[in-house]
Amino acid sequence: MNLRPDPTFHATPQLAMQAPTENYAFTVMLSPDGSQSDGIAVVDVNPKSDTYGQIVHQVIAPYQGDEFHHFGWNACSSALSPLTGHAFLERRYLIVPGIRSSRIYVIDVKEPLEAKIHKIIEPEEVFAKTGYSRPHTIHCGPEGIYVSTLGGGGEDGTDGPPGIFIMDCETFEIIGRYEMDRGKQDKHYDFWWNLPQDYMVSSEWGLPPQFENGVVPEDLLSNKYGHSIHFWDLRARKNIQTMDFGENHQMALEIRPAHDPAKSYGFCGVVVDTTNLQGAIFTWWRDDDGVWQSKKTITIDPRPEDADNLPELLKGFGAVPPLVTDIDLSLDDKYLYVACWGLGEMHQYDVTDPMNPKLAGKVELGGIARGTAHPNGKPFAYGPQMVEISRDGKRVYWTNSLYSTWDDQFYPDDEGGQMVMAHVGENGGLTLDNDFYVDFPKGLRSHQIRLEGGDCSTDSFCYPNV
Amino acid sequence: MAALWGAVIFSGFYHGVNPGMGWPLAVSAALFEHRTAALLSALVALAIGHLLAMTAILLPFTMMIALVQWEAEIRIGAGVLVITLGVYLLWNRRHPRFLARVKPSKLGLWSFLAALAHGAGLMLVPIYLGICAIADTDAGHAAAGVLMASNFNIALAVAASHTLAMTVAGGALAAGMYFWLGLKFLSKSWFNLDVVWALSLILVGVIAVLSAK
Repeated sequence: MNLRPDPTFHATPQLAMQAPTENYAFTVMLSPDGSQSDGIAVVDVNPKSDTYGQIVHQVIAPYQGDEFHHFGWNACSSALSPLTGHAFLERRYLIVPGIRSSRIYVIDVKEPLEAKIHKIIEPEEVFAKTGYSRPHTIHCGPEGIYVSTLGGGGEDGTDGPPGIFIMDCETFEIIGRYEMDRGKQDKHYDFWWNLPQDYMVSSEWGLPPQFENGVVPEDLLSNKYGHSIHFWDLRARKNIQTMDFGENHQMALEIRPAHDPAKSYGFCGVVVDTTNLQGAIFTWWRDDDGVWQSKKTITIDPRPEDADNLPELLKGFGAVPPLVTDIDLSLDDKYLYVACWGLGEMHQYDVTDPMNPKLAGKVELGGIARGTAHPNGKPFAYGPQMVEISRDGKRVYWTNSLYSTWDDQFYPDDEGGQMVMAHVGENGGLTLDNDFYVDFPKGLRSHQIRLEGGDCSTDSFCYPNV
Repeated sequence: MAALWGAVIFSGFYHGVNPGMGWPLAVSAALFEHRTAALLSALVALAIGHLLAMTAILLPFTMMIALVQWEAEIRIGAGVLVITLGVYLLWNRRHPRFLARVKPSKLGLWSFLAALAHGAGLMLVPIYLGICAIADTDAGHAAAGVLMASNFNIALAVAASHTLAMTVAGGALAAGMYFWLGLKFLSKSWFNLDVVWALSLILVGVIAVLSAK
């Protein structure tokens, strides 16, 4: 407990943008076959440092086969609302779930160079207390730490629907399930919210048998992955509206609400439209009658490609689908970054008008049947994937692995973990930094990135911009 | 007597300046609605919730102290209750999680529950009983009915003046932040008063027990 609010808590997104810049990044290292332990790499991102762009510390799990994926903080700017009653938490712990093992690690990063495991929650406890499995997205909010899961109970995670559970934000005890009325929600992936407006939005990937051993082509072509997002009354824990994007919009993944809590809109990325292989972004908003609406505001076309150059999975299509696997919104709600993991491109859209996004910048790197090298000459396996933006919006970091078994299907000849960074121009535009290129230890891949002091997909703000 | 009323007002200021009791929510409301009036209406909602919580705690004691012969016991009992809560809050620094389930639009309800949960009303009880004791002595041994009416009025006056002081203090900070200081002031002005708060409950309780006779 602090005597003052943690200096990394900010009332508004504007204040967060003015805060000192990040010195360290925390990045997931995962062993795709479980032959090594997973871990968190502490990466030096301070350009003035001698070890800039290097992994300066590693926290290694004592088990194998966890498959680290997404993770988050124990506390963020949301604590600055008197309504939460925990203004004096420290932003100190990373909550890191194993998406395959259902084990949860609490890592103390108060001293980034001496980061260490603080607590381990065994999978049995997760199963017993929640009936859920395969924990995924972490957000800190009014009632503690909220954790979304991808699986329900049972060996293969299909016994009952997946959902969200709540952990105590001080003791990290699992408290129990979040939902009181889940409505039509039967799959899960990401979630986020607007705390003062008291709504939450959740999304859908697929059930564990649909992803753990790789994408199931028959399921994809018969539109059996998630294609709906759900709107919740956050504090009543009730699903108030389910919005179906149409069943061809397979895998509605990342939810990115506008950071300014006075706004009532946000974005959701759809991996692939099975009718034309496009990737898509939907803008969702609340209309004057309080009903949630959505519109497809960005489409990204596939690239025709000779079948000989394509992996087995895509040979029949003669094209590379963009595969929109991650999106992230800058704190000023101005730029939406869209990772096209299949094409091998990172797009930057100006979403000042959220209904009319405009492509403002683009970087080509990696990609199926293209494999664009980094401008510094080094290779980039797979394509741009998990993306994180610095608080000030000037630097965009990303890594390359999607999910162990899926990497192998879409990029059977690639291997390796890389993390890169691009600079954002004064009026948009995106340029890779030649000097920032992190090559992960042999046999390990990389996934989500968290920035010291918070970033553009962790903090929820309770006060509108002025 | 003046000291006791001073304590009522002082505790009001003390509750009021603490961001945890809600004044930042008034700033948030004004920013959301782009109008100053929203700041005032949020402050009023917070004040009503707080006032009701104070009244709800004080009124049962209004009934009890009509039993004049038990006055000392009641004052000691109230003191012990306040000390117990203080000790409990020292031992358990957690804020009740149910407060986080209250909808942000229900500011009055939140303020009511927060004041109850943190013992803001209970802190006033010993002070209130002290005022009643002096007032009753001044009035001589009037009929029970008259005493009760007088004590009832005192309870309302204590709750109202305390809440007014709280609202003035919180309102001043809210207005200051909204018009001049900006939202950065929020994290600068917020101090962890949990321990101080628990200790002040204990202090008030101890004084109540010692002064009961």
